[in-house]
Amino acid sequence: MAAAVASAEDAVLRAILEIADDGLILGHRLSEWCGHAPMLEEELALANMGLDLLGQARALYAHAGALEGKGRTEDDFAFLRRERDYVNCLLVERDNRDFAHTMLRQLYFAAFMQPFWHATVQTSSDETLRGIAAKADKEMSYHLRHSGEWVIRMGDGTEESAARMADAVNELHRYTGELFMVSPARQQAIAAGLLPDPESLRDEWDETIATVFRAAKLELPEIRTMQKGGRDGIHGEDMGHLLAELQFMQRAYPGQTW
Amino acid sequence: MYSQGLIGADSSTTESEEFLKAFQARVDREEKIEPNDPMPEGYRRTLVRQIGQHAHSEIVGMLPEGNWITRAPSLRRKIALLAKVQDEGGHGLYLYSAAETLGVSREQMTEELLSGKAKYSSIFNYPTPTWADIGAIGWLVDGAAIMNQIPLCRCSYGPYARAMIRVCKEESFHQRQGYEIMMTLAKGSEEQKEMAQDALNRWWWPSLMMFGPSDSESTNSDQSMMWKIKRFSNDELRQKFITATVPQAEYLGLTIPDPDLRWNEKTQAYDHGEIDWAEFKAVIKGDGQMNRDRLRARNKAWDEGAWVREAALAHARKRADMKPIAQEAAE
Repeated sequence: MAAAVASAEDAVLRAILEIADDGLILGHRLSEWCGHAPMLEEELALANMGLDLLGQARALYAHAGALEGKGRTEDDFAFLRRERDYVNCLLVERDNRDFAHTMLRQLYFAAFMQPFWHATVQTSSDETLRGIAAKADKEMSYHLRHSGEWVIRMGDGTEESAARMADAVNELHRYTGELFMVSPARQQAIAAGLLPDPESLRDEWDETIATVFRAAKLELPEIRTMQKGGRDGIHGEDMGHLLAELQFMQRAYPGQTW
Repeated sequence: MYSQGLIGADSSTTESEEFLKAFQARVDREEKIEPNDPMPEGYRRTLVRQIGQHAHSEIVGMLPEGNWITRAPSLRRKIALLAKVQDEGGHGLYLYSAAETLGVSREQMTEELLSGKAKYSSIFNYPTPTWADIGAIGWLVDGAAIMNQIPLCRCSYGPYARAMIRVCKEESFHQRQGYEIMMTLAKGSEEQKEMAQDALNRWWWPSLMMFGPSDSESTNSDQSMMWKIKRFSNDELRQKFITATVPQAEYLGLTIPDPDLRWNEKTQAYDHGEIDWAEFKAVIKGDGQMNRDRLRARNKAWDEGAWVREAALAHARKRADMKPIAQEAAE
């Protein structure tokens, strides 16, 4: 369970799992679109973004396993934990709903992760993380551009698309606060120079979102309370269903090689 | 992935004898026919239908395999499967583009698919109840597709032939990937072996049907062969597929579900049992287990995506209107 952090090693492992789980869960959500996208070009784009995120998750889990040194594999992390042990932020697990929600979720996430990885490349003391970050930085730049363009198209498209975008903003903006929240584990990883402090990325995120929203004719909502819980393993009710699907084979046929 | 031996094309044509002769001479010289070249109406119509069916097969083919992306058993398999299904979408895209060079629009072809008017490969109307189906589809269905598509790389119509070269490279990768899944299962637990055998049992006969009706029943073949759209008959391709696949099944330790299958020294090929053509016809006509679900899924995606496509068009129009103002300002 997402319990108190015992040691510096545990803290680093936990902090890496936070970003790995973000990649896995958002990658999984994007993969749910496969075969059902609004147009063929977007089938390819959504799959592409999903593949990038799943690839990042894989590299991060492998790194987490190596750091932990207990022989846990990428699949042990991805498939064989309990729901309360997944520490992704709530934003990434939100359901796809419609194309407006999906693209806005992607924009919010990419506008944070692109500068996050960029800073990791520059400053991380961990060579493996710098390597993962260098690739992810480029990938997230593409996600940012792609999702940003779509948010603008839909925000400044038809009456219906504008209404759907506004609805997505109302629904999802309250999950963006968690991107900047720092868990005790993350705090230790930041202090150790492994990962950048999210607070240092806030101005860039604010500016990106403001720029896209201006072009999309969208307004930033007033948020009374930012939602949180994911980093403590307290997920929304959809998460268990997502995991039931994700973990199905590993649970139904334990201990086999695929 | 693949489209069937062509289903129901009308290759009749009304051009003068002289025109047809000159065209045939070009084809016989193995010159590629390009979009702006003169061509018989029957040739154009046959290709539109064949490339359209092929493109639709790629798109509908995303559904049975897409059924396992969210449940794939490992991260490696999940990524490989998502990338594979993405490739199928990419194939659909090149093929629609190739068909567009013949004067038909993607919208038109899409409408024909959604209304049920256009056909796609019968194979995608079978369900994928287990993970082993993903292995069997890669191994058998993509394997059959390659048999069909390698000769299409030499098709007389340039854009189709060129699209096929890239498609074949990717299909061959998919086929190896599928075989590797089967191999892992065949070397795994008893339960996994059973799963692999069960998938082979269900996919073997439908894979043989992918090559289309037997030569004695195939109505479009002769003209397509003359025009070098097609290079081998349905039965020839089916036979090549069987010959290539039987040893692969033996290597896996799996049994092909055909008691009449045996090597014939004289013909240097496998004799095989009778294909259930009644089942084939029923599936083509829309009465396979999954036909309705496949079309419903495609229609749902299209209908629910309508507002997105409209928004993109509306936004593009606004942008186009804004441009002159920006230019004016710059001047």
